[in-house]
Amino acid sequence: MSQLKPNSYKTGPDANGHFGLYGGRYVAETLMPLILDLERAYNEAKADPSFQAELDDFLEHYVGRPSPLYFAERLTEHFGGPKIYFKRDELNHTGAHKINNCMGQILLARRMGKTRIIAETGAGQHGVATATVAARFGLPCVVYMGEDDIKRQSPNVFRMRLLGAEVRPVSSGSRTLKDAMNEALRDWVSNVENTFYIIGTVAGPHPYPALVRDFQSVIGKEARAQMLAREGRLPDAAIACIGGGSNAMGLFYPFLDDPDVALYGVEAAGHGIETGQHAASLAGGRPGVLHGNRTYLLQDADGQIIEAHSISAGLDYPGIGPEHAWLHDMKRVNYVSATDQEALDAFQLCAKQEGIIPALEPAHALAYTGKLAKQLAKDKIILMNMCGRGDKDIFTVAERFGVKL
Amino acid sequence: MSRIARRFAELKKQNRAGFVAFITAGDPNLETSFEILKDLPAAGADVIELGMPFTDPMADGPAIQLSSLRALKAGHTMAKTLDLVRRFRTHDQTTPIVLMGYYNPIYSYGGQKFCKDASTAGIDGLIIVDLSPEEDPELRPHAKAAGLDIIRLATPTTDAKRLPAVLDGASGFLYYVSITGVTGSKDIDPISVAKALKPLKAATSLPVAVGFGIKSEADAKAVAQTADAAVVGSALVAEISRFVGKDGKLSPGAPEAVLSLVRRLAASAHGARN
Repeated sequence: MSQLKPNSYKTGPDANGHFGLYGGRYVAETLMPLILDLERAYNEAKADPSFQAELDDFLEHYVGRPSPLYFAERLTEHFGGPKIYFKRDELNHTGAHKINNCMGQILLARRMGKTRIIAETGAGQHGVATATVAARFGLPCVVYMGEDDIKRQSPNVFRMRLLGAEVRPVSSGSRTLKDAMNEALRDWVSNVENTFYIIGTVAGPHPYPALVRDFQSVIGKEARAQMLAREGRLPDAAIACIGGGSNAMGLFYPFLDDPDVALYGVEAAGHGIETGQHAASLAGGRPGVLHGNRTYLLQDADGQIIEAHSISAGLDYPGIGPEHAWLHDMKRVNYVSATDQEALDAFQLCAKQEGIIPALEPAHALAYTGKLAKQLAKDKIILMNMCGRGDKDIFTVAERFGVKL
Repeated sequence: MSRIARRFAELKKQNRAGFVAFITAGDPNLETSFEILKDLPAAGADVIELGMPFTDPMADGPAIQLSSLRALKAGHTMAKTLDLVRRFRTHDQTTPIVLMGYYNPIYSYGGQKFCKDASTAGIDGLIIVDLSPEEDPELRPHAKAAGLDIIRLATPTTDAKRLPAVLDGASGFLYYVSITGVTGSKDIDPISVAKALKPLKAATSLPVAVGFGIKSEADAKAVAQTADAAVVGSALVAEISRFVGKDGKLSPGAPEAVLSLVRRLAASAHGARN
């Protein structure tokens, strides 16, 4: 697709929620008035300094921001190339970047007078973060989770229940994230009056992709300032894993207009793109409409959605945020992929070299970081978003190694 | 005059409400689905809503979700949906058929080509649940060129501020979703439906069909007092479910059972104003 290079990559979405061809508001009419209300409420909140002040206060004292920028010295030596830095968003309260967005959305829900929270979750990280903020503000919370994900992420299911959330298993379709999202949308249609739907990624109907990106952009804003303070310059490359793409959008957004910072989004290649069993919607999909937005989707010739596959429940989704779809077409971000096996190797390497057990999601980003490190000179700098910690994944990894816990 | 306009004009002349029957194309398989489809008019369906199966029907309750998945499992495709209507038209040239479903299979088919092929097959209108008025300008001109009505949905959340957006570009009839919920979930409340219809009727000259939540003959009768048509879907496809075993095997009798239910529901709707 040949398009003119824009003056800025940060102007989207347009008034109707479109990023070029992508995004939009593809929802049942019952939800349309709500989505328009949400957009109004969000615009008002953005313009209200007291909203940002309240959010900043919670991010500092409850979430634990700013998260550190860490020089991964041993991995740098291991690869023998550029300096590798981790943005340590796995050190946030609840162990992943997800809470940045949940905190923003629940403050918005309170502002709108909503009294009930729903969410969907894949790996359980977004579910845990949602259950956490719902507990903190005393709001009842229902989390939809695919039955297959409940099995592979049992510690997170128990955490959500401890936090007082109701976890509703979803047995339809592929019993993973996409089906949990269908079920959350069904709940929302049924409880429009009092319910706020905290979407966990930069997808869904407008204004969600922009709203989640804005709340997650704290990652990139901090990292950019930290890197300038530390190295006196910007990184040469920034790398993040992508399921729906919220941690990646949050990292990339503040760097979009820095032409010298190459951006890499790492999709999950599952058993390999060529096998068809993967979750790489940009590499293996084409534009379509699902869950409220137009974006790249894994689908068959007849427009039926194909089930994604990834060892990482958080990346196991057949779509991707619409802004990523646009950045892909504009060629501003390079979208690459890592297989289950490559992620597992990176997972172990990181644990042994850095004493950090990463979540399987950022293990995909780390796998690509290793590849890129081999191509770049020693005076270069790579910034990788360590968006989640791996405690939740030890059962999945143990099973893969044939170890009984 | 379109088939839809003609049918609603006839109903008005007879001072009776219409009955709209929803089934999913290809459910539980192509042939059974055709057997049901071809006899729906004789059983009392004034308009037929034919569901286009989709893997992720997020506005539908369990009954229609399952019917969609049964059709897909049996190998159903969009081309087969159009074929089904083409075959139906060799028996029946007057009963309007409206396709109902989600946008992605249409987008994947290609909007312009789809509208042309659907119209040629004998389809009269489209209800695309997740294609909001904000997003449908990309399809509307193709539908119009092909003579297909775009049927819009109004819901209990459609307030006076929202209604003009819903009605702008609406044609054929207006579909009032009588509950805030997915298909077949909550029970319909005829009193609040009658109340909700007043501002709709005042704002549009289009006929108003009411659906989502009509389960029984009593519901159909109550809705038909005030609406121009009553739509039943989940109850019909749930009837098909009763003939599908856990192993997916179909036992005989599904078409007769569905058609018999249609006869009872249609009779209730048709007789409501007597």
